[in-house]
Amino acid sequence: MSRLLLIATALLFLGVFLLLPLLAVFVQALANGFGAYYVAVSEPMAWAAVKLTLLVAAIAVPLNLVFGVAAAWAIGKFEFRGKSALITLIDLPFAVSPVIAGMIFILIFGAHGWFGGFLRAEHVRVVFAVPGIVLATVFVTFPFIARELIPLMQAQGNADEEIARSLGATGWQCFWRVTLPNIRWGLLYGVLLCNARSMGEFGAVSVVSGHVRGLTNTMPLHVEILYNEYNYTAAFAVASLLALLALLTLAGKNVLEWRQPELRPAARRPRDGTRREPA
Amino acid sequence: MRRPRTILAAALLALGVGLISPLPAATVKLLNVSYDPTREFYEEYNKAFAEHWHSKTGDTIIVNQSHGGSGKQARSVIDGLEADVVTLALAYDIDALAAQGGLIPADWQQRLPNNSAPYTSTIVFLVRKGNPKKIHDWGDLARPGVEVITPSPKTSGGARWNYLAAWAWALRQPGADAATAEAFVKKLYHNVPVLDSGARGATVTFVQRGIGDALLAWENEAFLAVKELGPDKFDIVAPSVSIVAEPPVSVVDQYVDEHGTRAVAEEYLKYLYSAQGQEIAAKHFYRPRDAAVASRYAKQFQEIPLLLTVDAAFGGWSKAQATHFADHGTFDRIYGK
Amino acid sequence: MASNATAIKERTPRRVLPGFGLTLGYTMVYLSLLVLIPLSAVFVRSFGSGWGHFWEVVTAPRVLAALRLSFGASLTAALINVGFGLIVAWVLVRYTFPLKRLVDAIIDLPFALPTAVAGIALTALYAPNGWLGAWLAPLGLKVAFTPAGIVVALIFVGLPFVVRTLQPVLDDLDQEVEQAAATLGASGRQVFARVILPALWPALLTGFALAFARAVGEYGSVIFIAGNMPMKSEIAPLLIVTKLEQYDYAGATAIAVVMLVLSFGVMLGINALQNWTATRHGER
Repeated sequence: MSRLLLIATALLFLGVFLLLPLLAVFVQALANGFGAYYVAVSEPMAWAAVKLTLLVAAIAVPLNLVFGVAAAWAIGKFEFRGKSALITLIDLPFAVSPVIAGMIFILIFGAHGWFGGFLRAEHVRVVFAVPGIVLATVFVTFPFIARELIPLMQAQGNADEEIARSLGATGWQCFWRVTLPNIRWGLLYGVLLCNARSMGEFGAVSVVSGHVRGLTNTMPLHVEILYNEYNYTAAFAVASLLALLALLTLAGKNVLEWRQPELRPAARRPRDGTRREPA
Repeated sequence: MRRPRTILAAALLALGVGLISPLPAATVKLLNVSYDPTREFYEEYNKAFAEHWHSKTGDTIIVNQSHGGSGKQARSVIDGLEADVVTLALAYDIDALAAQGGLIPADWQQRLPNNSAPYTSTIVFLVRKGNPKKIHDWGDLARPGVEVITPSPKTSGGARWNYLAAWAWALRQPGADAATAEAFVKKLYHNVPVLDSGARGATVTFVQRGIGDALLAWENEAFLAVKELGPDKFDIVAPSVSIVAEPPVSVVDQYVDEHGTRAVAEEYLKYLYSAQGQEIAAKHFYRPRDAAVASRYAKQFQEIPLLLTVDAAFGGWSKAQATHFADHGTFDRIYGK
Repeated sequence: MASNATAIKERTPRRVLPGFGLTLGYTMVYLSLLVLIPLSAVFVRSFGSGWGHFWEVVTAPRVLAALRLSFGASLTAALINVGFGLIVAWVLVRYTFPLKRLVDAIIDLPFALPTAVAGIALTALYAPNGWLGAWLAPLGLKVAFTPAGIVVALIFVGLPFVVRTLQPVLDDLDQEVEQAAATLGASGRQVFARVILPALWPALLTGFALAFARAVGEYGSVIFIAGNMPMKSEIAPLLIVTKLEQYDYAGATAIAVVMLVLSFGVMLGINALQNWTATRHGER
């Protein structure tokens, strides 16, 4: 039956290209047993990498969150010229290779960059230090939250807020009491994706990091270091932490889609809000 | 309603600042920016030096390490990675700190003994156990059907030593000249399936991923690989001609003066020449300069009939770099076609 | 005076909701500071040495080879993703089978998994001594450290883009049209080619373009499995890094400019495509 053939093909393809790599991570991580696994993830350098990763995400995600909400408010609730140009600009970081994303901050904040002289004189370290890593991560994860919220706010329209205004609410009250509850699942969704990418970013951070062990290595970079020290089980052990984070992200994503079906790609409508009527 | 957000923001800022700001005065921190294969060596050396410094001055010292391809590390330092000391693979990379970064004086190499190279190494071949492809010398590497692993000379210091050693051997063959040497090296590099950016990456490719019949490696890397991953898996083959690799060290004047760590940094490097420093180097398969330590560890190293220096065979690093590794040099040419 | 006030009021657009100025202003400032100005640094630095030097760098054989590889491998991977992605999306939308929800959830794995983790995992799988590599080696198929390995990594990275773009469109398809065509005597294949495929074209193209754009700049998952041989298996992002490590900023930024211009072009194309699709739907 062609139906079975198609299903089998699909499952085989997914199994080979998606499932096997995931399995490989966990199998290699546990190749030397749970004891070695535990040692690998609690070792001081690994732990420093975990802390740095968490710190970077804790800064990058809220920054992009505030931006995402502001941009979605401006784009979703108002009409103005250049709106679609703005949306395209917000999507720009998606089209930029992570390596280029890292490089641009070296060009600006490196010792020979635009602000190099000024930063050196003031003894402020940006690149090859934590601020540089944060900047590169913010750049790379820039559009995530905005992209979730913009179509959502556009689809939801202004009706609720206008009613609230007519009842005498101030702008802030409008936002906190009316808009936020409406978009909370979309917000969480965007935060989840933004967070996953922040913690997992490799290319951009690799260029600006300086690879100082224990200080400027995030978890993905630490995985690379362990890999380069013949410590494959440890490398996969730390990688498995990131893989677990990915699985948690996927689970969270599905829960949120269940809560607010509008988030599901299947239910997403074209940006101008039109909808094909069934015949 | 706004309070929780401000508090959160302030907390995050404090956390971030706290993580970047320096530690209290009684602890001194040094940043050692090094090349790829020295990871294990400096782990042990840093502990020994910390004890030495503590017993001498009572201060605690923390040495942070960064490792990567030598050229790449030099670039990072020029771009703003505030290394207190650099311990790189070749003098040319440290020269760049003077020439391009203005971070150290041009005569840095004369400040420490032996051209600022506390130990030496050389280039050997790491092969599979039993040497099934019968690789005994450079000529065998260019045979068809032999796969050679070496990193890229554009980013890895070790790779540049590899390249020059091969070239040096070719020049010593009967009837050789620059053209035949280039032809030989071209054949050799066309037997290379993977070019990693650093020495360690190449070793990983050879030993872990099982690619290649021979790895062109730092001697110390080869010994380390055998020790870590199984003496029953690999053999070390010493070629007939090789190059004396002198990985140099230097303080980075601009940064140690800014950080106020000059005294510690200079002592850190001087200690490499001490009996204990030399002992640790020898344990990690570097050829020590100290005669006493060297004689004790002599059996560990293989005899290489002809060992050449870059100065003797190539007229120095600047010339070698310009001829071979700069844009449009021989390396670009052998890959261009 | 009163008439002046009314005139002014009529000219400025009335906005019921507050905060337009604040949010738009903040958006523009944040966007400029974090995205636009940093990106401009690439163009400034690259053309700072003159158009001639830029051209010389960009047309060097090694650079052209890297660009060809990056774009070629991305093209191949995106095409494969379109083919199999269509099958996967079809199966997920039209059929039911056990564990379907789980399968649906796992499509997003490449989205969520860090690229470096994917990189080492794929390398472990396809190296000659890996689970799949050991099986393929006797067949003479080398994957790791060849362009084929790069394509495999890019397939991994781009898959969700195709599937997630196709799913809603497939979902929206009106099956009555297909059934009508079948009643009129069309075979399964004809129904697919004449009824379904035309409706899917925009989504297929969009998914393809998204997967392609993502693949071109990919670094982390490719860098471990690529051979990095100049002229053969060296991807463009790696060449940028290599040039950076040789203090060749002009070279690095020149390649970056080419990649950015091409990627932006693709992105603009995607957006135009999506607008066109929306208009088409609007017309119906």
